[in-house]
Amino acid sequence: MKNKAFAVLAAIGCLLFASTAFADQPFDWQKGLQPAATSIMEEIRWFEQYTLWFIVPITLFVLALLVVVVVKFREGANPVPSKTSHNTAIEVVWTLGPVIVLLFLAVPSFQLLTKQLAPTEEPELTIKATGYQWYWGYEYQIGESPLSFDSILLQEGDRAAAGKEDKGVYPRLLAVDNEVVVPVGKHVRLLVTAADVIHAFAMPSFGVKIDAVPGRLNETWFKADREGLFYGQCSELCGKDHAYMPIAIRVVSQEKYDTWLAAAATNLGDANKALMASVDGAAKSVNVAANAAQ
Amino acid sequence: MAGTSAAHGDHHDHHEHKPLTFFQRWFLSTNHKDIGTLYLIFAICAGIIGGTLSVVMRMELQEPGIQIFHGLAQMVYGFEGDAAIDGGKHMFNVFTTAHALIMIFFMVMPALIGGFANWMVPIMIGAPDMAFPRMNNISFWLIIPAFLLVLLSMFVEGPAGAYGAGGGWTIYPPFSTSGQPGPAMDFVILGLHIAGASSILGAINFITTILNMRAPGMTLHKMPLFAWSVLITAFLLLLSLPVLAGGITMLLTDRNFGTAFFAPENGGDPILFQHLFWFFGHPEVYILILPGFGIVSHIVSTFSRKPIFGYLGMAYAMVAIGAVGFIVWAHHMYTVGMSLDTQRYFVFATMVIAVPTGVKIFSWIATMWGGSIRFTTPMVWAIGFIFLFTVGGVTGVQLANAGLDRALHDTYYVVAHFHYVLSLGAVFAIFAAWYYWFPKMTGYMYSEFLGKLHFWVMFVGVNLIFFPQHFLGLAGMPRRYIDYPDAFAGWNAVSSYGSYISAFAVVIFLFGVFEAFAKKRVAGDNPWGEGANTLEWQLSSPPPFHQWEQLPKIK
Repeated sequence: MKNKAFAVLAAIGCLLFASTAFADQPFDWQKGLQPAATSIMEEIRWFEQYTLWFIVPITLFVLALLVVVVVKFREGANPVPSKTSHNTAIEVVWTLGPVIVLLFLAVPSFQLLTKQLAPTEEPELTIKATGYQWYWGYEYQIGESPLSFDSILLQEGDRAAAGKEDKGVYPRLLAVDNEVVVPVGKHVRLLVTAADVIHAFAMPSFGVKIDAVPGRLNETWFKADREGLFYGQCSELCGKDHAYMPIAIRVVSQEKYDTWLAAAATNLGDANKALMASVDGAAKSVNVAANAAQ
Repeated sequence: MAGTSAAHGDHHDHHEHKPLTFFQRWFLSTNHKDIGTLYLIFAICAGIIGGTLSVVMRMELQEPGIQIFHGLAQMVYGFEGDAAIDGGKHMFNVFTTAHALIMIFFMVMPALIGGFANWMVPIMIGAPDMAFPRMNNISFWLIIPAFLLVLLSMFVEGPAGAYGAGGGWTIYPPFSTSGQPGPAMDFVILGLHIAGASSILGAINFITTILNMRAPGMTLHKMPLFAWSVLITAFLLLLSLPVLAGGITMLLTDRNFGTAFFAPENGGDPILFQHLFWFFGHPEVYILILPGFGIVSHIVSTFSRKPIFGYLGMAYAMVAIGAVGFIVWAHHMYTVGMSLDTQRYFVFATMVIAVPTGVKIFSWIATMWGGSIRFTTPMVWAIGFIFLFTVGGVTGVQLANAGLDRALHDTYYVVAHFHYVLSLGAVFAIFAAWYYWFPKMTGYMYSEFLGKLHFWVMFVGVNLIFFPQHFLGLAGMPRRYIDYPDAFAGWNAVSSYGSYISAFAVVIFLFGVFEAFAKKRVAGDNPWGEGANTLEWQLSSPPPFHQWEQLPKIK
């Protein structure tokens, strides 16, 4: 019975895998950070692995010491306890040792922090995200007439109408009606605020998380280095539907972005559908190519 | 010397009284041991309620989708249909909020400070009682209405059309002000005010007792480490709780009297509340763990039959942790939009705390090194504490880095981290203390078999709950979610199974308590042998109603 269930799961997993190659989202039994789509996330992933090289050995070292103590100094093995209660040398070592480890952690940590907060490039596109109970509003700050729209959790009943029936690409609780569309390789400035209570804008694959606070305009940035559909979720408790206001960003080529932007000015729904068609068409041909290569 | 003993005799005669009635002894109590017992009973009751809330949340999260909360909302609040779904979603947030508040303010603090510290600190420093016995009584009796207010808040209106305060224990405005206009949040604020007043009075009592009532010859540098840990904890309480009181008072006036301290539309700033809250909140988490440090030191030394290794280093490491704990608060706020230099400072200051914490871990191991260790139940809990606290500590070092915290903030990684230091740290210390002092407090010996069974079931259970949550956090699962994308289902199920195992461990604990009282095995004055050399082991078990009528002399 169990085996059958696993086989079915595995089969579904294989089916999903073909489509999820283009959607960045969590996967089953994931144990690490999401794959990076920006250089910042690349560095966050590197730094997380780097810290593990310190903290895992330290934890294992403490565990090993405990095991030694338990085996060697149990009453049966060592009936007469020593009277030692001081050793200045070793106390200096275990004070200075951690200081040195912390220095090794601090240097790349400060470099990463500086890169996140002090971007060197000028922004090429500015998008303002506003958190509402319980959805996100976006405003493209371009020219005279800024493009603005709301992005709401995709309702299960609307999947067919929206052409988003593939749950591998448009997963439950992550898919939205209108994705944010940005060009690949461009420095995007993100202004984040909220209209009612505090929310938080998070995009794991980009290494972006910033609170949306009423009365404040927070600023962050990202520069996606590959195309795809990326998902994040609200990350500050904001009420009953906190778990139901996802964030979806579609990164596309500059031409596709330009086409979409021009069309979106008049009809957002049609622009999104046209973009989906062109992206999915491209995706399918890539899939075929990948299969042929195998 | 003769003069003082004569005075002492008079004093003694004056206090010869008829036996107290039940009401006098337990409701009008001024005896630190009786008040300590009341606190421990209260903490066990609150812990069962707070723990039940967490198991219900894990039942909800066992599978994707909404499993039980719409049904609960229907049962408890009488919602129907879609309203039950919405009511259930808010109810989940109410559960996370109540679980945190109950476990922090009504379980860990009453157990460690009101319970064990009240019981043992006066005895350990050779004092007959606390400095202000009546204030001690007020401290306890304030915590009851505080707890009732927090419980009642779950049954009055919060946001429009829903019940209870669901803003998390951090109660950030505007969600705790304009976001939840109903009286539930006012109940919580008043409950926190009263619990805070109770703790401040307790802190004053402990500071006065420890600084003024130590037995002749007991200098601060000869004082047991548990008394040190409680002294430092009391100072943290005294300095941090008034800041919380200020913050939540402003919250209260913002909600009810038209002020706008935190309302941006009228010139206030929601982030100001976060600074005030965490200026209290960070010391608070050390308040929860420091007494545990003291307890583990005693247990490790007792069962290794060796004096504490690096006693002064241990005491001043706690002083350092307490002091630095006041200047790291904004590491809880890396994503609110602080400047680069502000974040750099808080990264640096936070990392510093790892150094004194490392000193403590290594000193405990050095205390055991060369010892002759007996693996009694309290010792097993203490060793478990040392290892699990290390695991929670090193993930804390990761989270200290603002650059990495960007990815992990408000995810389950943080939940895993703070449960490793609190649920597996502070709670393990509480159970260690329970088994260590149970024979002293009751005169009865607990069952070693049940105590160890309790340990192993709990150890497996809590690790199964919280270790997979590291994976969920790395994968990006945000905290305080009633429902999650299907990809997170696997580890959530494992985590939920762990929660059921832990709940079973609590049943074993309660049965162990019952068994010990039923079997009435006489413990003797000092069941732990020569390693137990603090003053409580020189008294009878249970100790006399008033101890140290003749003050002990410390060499």
